[in-house]
Amino acid sequence: MADKNAPAGVPLVDMRNISIAFGGIRAVDDASIDLFPGEVVALLGHNGAGKSTLIKILSGAYKRDVGQIFVNGEEAPISNPRDAKKYGIETIYQTLALADNVDAAANLFLGRELMTAWGTLDDVAMEAEARKVMGRLNPRFQRFKEPVIKLSGGQRQSVAIARAILFNARILIMDEPTAALGPQETAQVGELVRQLKADGIGIFLISHDIHDVFELADRVCVMKNGQVVGTARTGDVTQDEVLGMIILGKCPPGAFPGPGALKIAA
Amino acid sequence: MTDTTSDTPANPAADRARASELSAAGRFLKATELDTRMLGMVGALLIIWIGLHVISSLRLGVNPLDFDSRTFLTPRNLWNLSVQTSAVAIMASGMVLVIVMRNIDLSVGSAEGLIGMVMGFAQVHFLVRMVGLELGNPWIWVLALAIGLALGLLIGAFQGFVIAYLEVPAFIVTLGGLLVWRGAAWWVTSGQTVAPLDATFQLMGGGPAGSIGARWSWVVGIVACLAVVFALFNGRVQRKRFRFPLRPIWAETLLGAVTCAVIMGAVWLANSYPWPVGIVNRYAAANNITVPEGGLFIAHGIAIPVLMAVAVGLIMTFITKRTRFGRYVFAIGGNPEAANLAGINTRWITMKVFMIMGVLATIAAAISSARQNSSTNALGTLDELLVIAAAVIGGTSLAGGSGTVLGAMLGALLMQSLQSGMVLLGVDSPLQSIVVGAVLVIAVWLDTIYRKRV
Repeated sequence: MADKNAPAGVPLVDMRNISIAFGGIRAVDDASIDLFPGEVVALLGHNGAGKSTLIKILSGAYKRDVGQIFVNGEEAPISNPRDAKKYGIETIYQTLALADNVDAAANLFLGRELMTAWGTLDDVAMEAEARKVMGRLNPRFQRFKEPVIKLSGGQRQSVAIARAILFNARILIMDEPTAALGPQETAQVGELVRQLKADGIGIFLISHDIHDVFELADRVCVMKNGQVVGTARTGDVTQDEVLGMIILGKCPPGAFPGPGALKIAA
Repeated sequence: MTDTTSDTPANPAADRARASELSAAGRFLKATELDTRMLGMVGALLIIWIGLHVISSLRLGVNPLDFDSRTFLTPRNLWNLSVQTSAVAIMASGMVLVIVMRNIDLSVGSAEGLIGMVMGFAQVHFLVRMVGLELGNPWIWVLALAIGLALGLLIGAFQGFVIAYLEVPAFIVTLGGLLVWRGAAWWVTSGQTVAPLDATFQLMGGGPAGSIGARWSWVVGIVACLAVVFALFNGRVQRKRFRFPLRPIWAETLLGAVTCAVIMGAVWLANSYPWPVGIVNRYAAANNITVPEGGLFIAHGIAIPVLMAVAVGLIMTFITKRTRFGRYVFAIGGNPEAANLAGINTRWITMKVFMIMGVLATIAAAISSARQNSSTNALGTLDELLVIAAAVIGGTSLAGGSGTVLGAMLGALLMQSLQSGMVLLGVDSPLQSIVVGAVLVIAVWLDTIYRKRV
């Protein structure tokens, strides 16, 4: 993508001309987006604008109809969640996607369990690891033996986040990570995002909270009706201009217009 | 626990304060980490046993504490109960996995019938007349069982494939299976009963010959107790290694002692049930033993089908608790979408669960047909309902995601206790159905209340 706003170098993720349709509705229409190491790119748009769908294509939950995905400059044929994890892509879903009936450690390691030399589950080792990573995220968390359905919204959220960062993700997708959280926990997530960013991890952040976005993101990418309206550095545009992009699809001068930008007769 | 969902930071001091507020019973449960639900089931089972014993004693006009040989709590009755429970308990252990994954298998009874017929036909006709093995050849039972296992696996794989990959609901696929396999069972011999079965094969059905005798029963009991002690000890070492909270020593000792006492008690019971007089006398005559005054006492010991059921229970518990596959089954039951997003191949897991169910139906078919010493096309009729009821009474949630193998097997024992107890009391068979049906609904209702409160 010839985006003049993007940093130089090889992008961590480069999604090109992605489209997907569900029963005749083009949920994502020729969308292109990229992400560089240590960068936070926020995806904005109304409900149904196609942000979650685009991101689910990257995480392997949906298979794109058209388009290419490049990871570190090499084409990555991602067609299911296992493929995505192989490329170091981890996702925190809006719904959290936790197995409610098993405990925190089982959720953290779901799909990547630690095994003993005998080929059986090493629950003790998994619990030990879980205590370590949860201690970093949420030091007060102690309920390791209970199924996650019994945890509070914030605790469940920290389990979902811990699962994503446990496996040295290089690319992190956060779909509304603070939707279920109180102010204090939201601040914690913000702190975590900065920390991960400093570690060189690239983050896609989907959010409705434009204030959050301007605080955390380096760039914003606005979608409307499945198309990209435009991308911009957060320093080059104002919050009002971004709102204009979301609501009207109007691309301000500081942004690089996408196929979904409102065409104004010159 | 009223504040399990509260969002307040759980500081350790408050935790301790809460712990000290627990009642004596609460502290006991916390220390032993026992499942209250399981304790409830054991309690219900004991109440039913004692109730049936008292009623059967009163009917005969004898003192319940005399343990008259015609009442419920006698070695003979309990031994028979254990054999009668085996087949349903074995299938219930697999039904737990099926239901945990939010599926159902209505075809197990019919599959059991078809597999029983095929195994019967194989040992009586196919292997003897067509392959040319001599009658009584020790390979006959092995081959017959192998054919049955292959068929069970195939039936399970086929149904599982249609459910997982063609996305036809399990209820429909196995409802079809219920009809198809029962029809096929008739077809094997055009409805003719196959009998008598191979002598070695018959051992799987129990009876005096199909039991391991007193000495081996004690050996099994002692080995089991050693295994329990080792498991408790090993668990403690593991938790110590990672500095996790440990159970108090008294709780560990109590758990070990009670478990060993139950095991040895069961062995003692099985060893208290003698061979019938006629069989003993024939055995004595054949082995040149002089029968002493008052008769010769030869104990049954543990029945082979019961050992098979215990082995299946242990293996299935191991699978559910300690393997990746078992973890995935539960995760899929809890949230199929999350499991899929975590990269779990949910379809293949579904298919495997049905394959396990097919294998277990084969083992159940072997036990049931061996017990009757014949294969009929009605073998296992309505077993699917007993199996599902056992799993549900045992705490398997039809909403998916929760259930235990031990619970389901206890559920099978509970239902069989009721049924054979009512036979003992001479209750009419229509009334038996009414009682079993009512108990099923009441058990699930109580469980619903329990789940809401915990």
